[in-house]
Amino acid sequence: MLIEKYPQEIERILANYPPDQRRSAVMPLLYLAQREEGYVTRAAMEEVAALVGLEATQVGSLVGFYTLYRDEPGGTYHIQVCTDLPCALQGAEAFAEDLCRNLGIRLGETTPDGAVTVEAVMCLAGCDRAPLFQLQAPDGIHYHENQTVESALELIKHLRREGGRG
Amino acid sequence: MAELLLLRHRERPELGELDGYQAQGGFDGLRKAVTTMTPAEVIDLVKASGLRGRGGAGFPTGVKWSFLSPGVFPRYVVANADESEPGTFKDRELMERNPYQFLEGVAICAYAAQANLAYVYCRGEFWDLAYRLEENLQAMRRAGLLGERMFGSAYNLDIRLHLGAGAYICGEETALLESLEGKLGQPRLRPPFPAAVGLYGKPTVVNNVETLANLPLILTRGADWYRGFGTEKSPGTKIFSLSGHVARPGNYELPLGTTFRELIFTHGGGTPSGMAVKAIMPAGASSSILPGTDAVLDTPMDYESLAAVGSALGSASVIVMDASVNLTWVLRKTNEFFKHESCGKCTPCREGTYWMLHVSERIESGGADGEVRLLRSVAAGMQGKCLCALGEFATMPVVTGIDRFPDDFQSNGRGGR
Repeated sequence: MLIEKYPQEIERILANYPPDQRRSAVMPLLYLAQREEGYVTRAAMEEVAALVGLEATQVGSLVGFYTLYRDEPGGTYHIQVCTDLPCALQGAEAFAEDLCRNLGIRLGETTPDGAVTVEAVMCLAGCDRAPLFQLQAPDGIHYHENQTVESALELIKHLRREGGRG
Repeated sequence: MAELLLLRHRERPELGELDGYQAQGGFDGLRKAVTTMTPAEVIDLVKASGLRGRGGAGFPTGVKWSFLSPGVFPRYVVANADESEPGTFKDRELMERNPYQFLEGVAICAYAAQANLAYVYCRGEFWDLAYRLEENLQAMRRAGLLGERMFGSAYNLDIRLHLGAGAYICGEETALLESLEGKLGQPRLRPPFPAAVGLYGKPTVVNNVETLANLPLILTRGADWYRGFGTEKSPGTKIFSLSGHVARPGNYELPLGTTFRELIFTHGGGTPSGMAVKAIMPAGASSSILPGTDAVLDTPMDYESLAAVGSALGSASVIVMDASVNLTWVLRKTNEFFKHESCGKCTPCREGTYWMLHVSERIESGGADGEVRLLRSVAAGMQGKCLCALGEFATMPVVTGIDRFPDDFQSNGRGGR
């Protein structure tokens, strides 16, 4: 149970909103749940729902609506490359394909060791520093900009060896 | 380059620290507002400055504030930091490098609105940035720049952060409020507008990050000074996010009314390929696409002039495309984006973006007779029928791409870019 493990953090999250508006805390609580397991489990949805006074299905619909939440396990690290129009004009699509080829996977897939999933995502607000990706790591989301396939592979090597935030 | 009002950190990196910001007159504007002006006087000053919303719509900021339902409390202020329009990356630089100017702007807005609580709704992808903003807010609390009885007055304020979780639609102000309330980020039917029924059903002001960052200098230097920049109807400077086929992509703060030619060639260094500019999207993916003709390149970038040439300034995210680009590819890309980001609440947008993507994919890969006409008719069928602007935005590149670049759609535009 999250509440047994992180009572103070949950208290802090709830205190960020007016006392009669607990529902507003659902999104930060889902981030907490996802940090714990790498994705939002059914049990976590039920616990979060109870904390903010919702039904578990309502929490499930939020997990489905917002792209940064996952309801099934993936790689430990998610490399999410922006391939929207401005980045594509700077070669982001070719970058994503090359990176995947080097990892022996297709876009959207996870490496066989379960370390890395590579995905294409919509605009990350870094259009002047393409190619770029966000790294979804267990501790949060970090940007890596002006990337080459070599720099991305170097990062992946580091993550496999050292773990951590990347 | 003209005087920088917003990207001042480029000349003075110390603005990123609270001490450095205060040494440059930081928080003088807030202090002046709270200790010497009534909220109504602050609203009048911002009205007189002519500041217009920088999130895209260009609505006069002071006028928006004056719509708050009189006598109804509590009220809220929400800073829209959900920057997600493809081609837009200005708010991110402001919050990363000049955060206190933005946060002082939030506080000034909150004082004018008589709100005691303000939220910064930051897109979830800005995780590291949000962590630093939290530290900035802590520093402000420690310095007495937030909290109770600010500057010895009776005014109390706290600013808090809320992280989104990946949904372009939350940049739409009523969807943003829904999301902040812990609901699906889907737009509300308007009216009522947030100034009457906003966050938690209370009167609320929602302003873009860049809009808010203008306020501290308007407070300290006055409306007349501010009107010395830009044009009569579009005063001030604007951050233009320049991307695509340009040698030097990046943010450029220039007076409103600067021409495309100056932005793209003088500042951006022209196209890296040396090819002609074929197409310009001045408002990110949500643009009516303009051809790179001399007449367009010499158009001043302000709200009125861009409307006059059949486009809009929007958030001023200028995407440049050279002659190697085929518009069939561009439309497939914009349709992918809008299909992915449609919230699904209203049928014309949900179904329309789905079909526009499928038909544009077929056109890009060769297509069959009549499909360009079909694509255009789906877009036309959506226009004026969607709940919020997203559906309308999705149709604009489609309609203008087909109408203004007919050669690319001959023989259904043979594949590739």
